[in-house]
Amino acid sequence: MIWKKLKLWFHMLGSPPTFHVFAKRVAPWLWAGFAITAIYAMYLALYVVPPDYQQGDSMRILYIHVPAAWQAMFGYMVMTVLAVIALIWRIRLTEIMAMSCAPIGAGLTLVCLATGAIWGKPMWGTWWVWDARLTSMLVLLFIYIGIMGLYAAYDDKRKGARVAAILVLAGAVNIPIIHFSVEWWTTLHQPATIRLMGESAMDASMLPPLIWMVIATKLLFGAALLDRSRNELLEQDRSKKWVENLVVQGTAARS
Amino acid sequence: MSKHASASPAMALFRRDMKLAFRRLGESLLPLFFLFTVIILIPLGVGPGPNLLARMAPGMIWVAALLSSLLALEHLFRPDLEDGTLEQWFVGGDSVVGRVLARMLSHWLITGLPVIVFSPLAAQMLYLPNHALGTLVLSLVIGTPALSLLGGLAAALTLSTRGASVLLSILVFPLIVPLVIFATGAVSMVADGLDPSAHLGLLAAFTILALTLAPLGIAAALRMNLE
Repeated sequence: MIWKKLKLWFHMLGSPPTFHVFAKRVAPWLWAGFAITAIYAMYLALYVVPPDYQQGDSMRILYIHVPAAWQAMFGYMVMTVLAVIALIWRIRLTEIMAMSCAPIGAGLTLVCLATGAIWGKPMWGTWWVWDARLTSMLVLLFIYIGIMGLYAAYDDKRKGARVAAILVLAGAVNIPIIHFSVEWWTTLHQPATIRLMGESAMDASMLPPLIWMVIATKLLFGAALLDRSRNELLEQDRSKKWVENLVVQGTAARS
Repeated sequence: MSKHASASPAMALFRRDMKLAFRRLGESLLPLFFLFTVIILIPLGVGPGPNLLARMAPGMIWVAALLSSLLALEHLFRPDLEDGTLEQWFVGGDSVVGRVLARMLSHWLITGLPVIVFSPLAAQMLYLPNHALGTLVLSLVIGTPALSLLGGLAAALTLSTRGASVLLSILVFPLIVPLVIFATGAVSMVADGLDPSAHLGLLAAFTILALTLAPLGIAAALRMNLE
């Protein structure tokens, strides 16, 4: 029974008006959750966590750097799954959602690269090194930009989304390369210190702000994805009846 | 029945492409001339010091090969789209992937093979040490097919877009990064007296991956551009 209801809800969610209502209702909660967790994480990171014995206070920027990097990669995986669904079942909403992932992911990649450079200048003595981790992250940025450019270059948005979805799949090769780059090559970038299983190489007192910031970036991604997809739908369907009804209702309520 | 009628469509396409390429020999050799203009500009730009040039040689030859491969990409599928031949690819019952492979093979023979043949000359111009020459040629033999295939994917993706040529080069760049890294890595290792087989193996793996998956992607992208 519940399974049937869930299935029905899932199918209805694929229709633009239903998604509009759903996204409009859910997104504010995600934004609020993001604000609270991000502020709490920043409070922990700036005031509670002790300075690192080697790096001093400058390591605090990594509480932004690491979650942004993770979310940039996780966002790409979300985009890949959506692109696969879009290519196989041709669901219009997943096409739009996949394309909405790209600008958010590009922004997070940029944040990751920028914070990494700012941290690297005092710690490594240079803004940038051409090692595997940094280069593959830069490639990720260019893949995101390529997807956005390809999508924008088509006047027919559905065609653009489906063609760009192929590029999403081709670019997915880069994700494992980024992840394993610190193990396959000797890089200046340190290997992973956080492990899901077993002992982390990081002191437990330094972990809570990181976890909270990771939750915050997940919520940020979800909120931005819902809002972007909803706006894209409204823009593409601006001459459709359901948008017209929305506008009419909106103006009627205001007067 | 004539000889041509019995050939498979993919084979017929390949013959036609090669015949066209040989009829327009001057046009077909332009990428090669372009390669050498790039190679000649490097010593003029960075100075003629043999040590510096020898260090840069593998990377520069690869970058020049990449640039010259880009030149022909814009017209890889576009004339066929414009005169309607591309639609015929999908109407018949024959494999589109086969035709895509035939087209990519002729692209590689026109842009990739001349680069391989003339790479020893380019290597001499940049003072690449002689013992690294074999690895350079080998890396080009293994890597340039992937260069053609990934370029073909980018060309198919941007087929009916505005400003395709700029977009095309932006799309190709992230796709071919591993290629350039492994290929130039292998040559540099030999130049430093180390064993390049790990890099060459990864390069071969990358090419095989491109050879298996890129034709499917190209065929799918072409079909979408016809919808």
